[in-house]
Amino acid sequence: MAKNVKPRVKVPKSAKPGDVITLKTLISHPMESGQRKDADGNIIPREIINRFVVDFAGQNVVDVTMEPAISTNPYFEFEVKVDQAGEFTFTWYDDDGSVYEEKQSIEVA
Amino acid sequence: AATLAGPVLAQDAAPAAAQTPTKSVEEWIAEFTGGSEVQEGGVTLTAPEIAENGNTVPISVSAENAAEILVLATGNPTPGVATIKFGPAAGARQLATRIRLAETQDVMAIAKLEDGSFRQAKSNVKVTIGGCGG
Repeated sequence: MAKNVKPRVKVPKSAKPGDVITLKTLISHPMESGQRKDADGNIIPREIINRFVVDFAGQNVVDVTMEPAISTNPYFEFEVKVDQAGEFTFTWYDDDGSVYEEKQSIEVA
Repeated sequence: AATLAGPVLAQDAAPAAAQTPTKSVEEWIAEFTGGSEVQEGGVTLTAPEIAENGNTVPISVSAENAAEILVLATGNPTPGVATIKFGPAAGARQLATRIRLAETQDVMAIAKLEDGSFRQAKSNVKVTIGGCGG
């Protein structure tokens, strides 16, 4: 099981109605690809985050299916249109069944 | 640098190490497009010309009116990178991330547009140090 998994998200505190804002997310995770070998030549089993979903005020923003080619500590940057205040939910799904969730609200006025 | 291909795995093909069969680039595309024709243009793939470190190569994909974008690393042992679906709250059909590239190769983005058509773009990335090493 992946240790010290820590999600980080960067969301502006406020925006104007109709603004398109840029969000950045990073989650610390080894993203073990299943291709590497240990010192004894045994393949290190795959252990990755395989899905990342962002919703805003109940509507989907992006839904990313991730393969082992996504780098260690997966980073994503994308844009969201905000018409009203609401809460972002960021969800990462791990191969081992773990789910990591982060929430952040934005004020729109 | 990268010696990750089939023969290496085949040598120590203990049943426990059995892996799911790797989908080829063609299989990924066929599965994504359902066999539809793919046209050039209409999708932007931004990647560096030279990546010193294949472990973390910044890329960005965007396509107007894209419902979904598939990203493939055609020269990796497993070519799949990511499938991005855009929802109604997306501000632009655009996403940036960091990917692993095992060696110098073409990175490919295929967009499924809302009208059901498919568009593609390719970008060659020269990799100095491969990013799947073991």
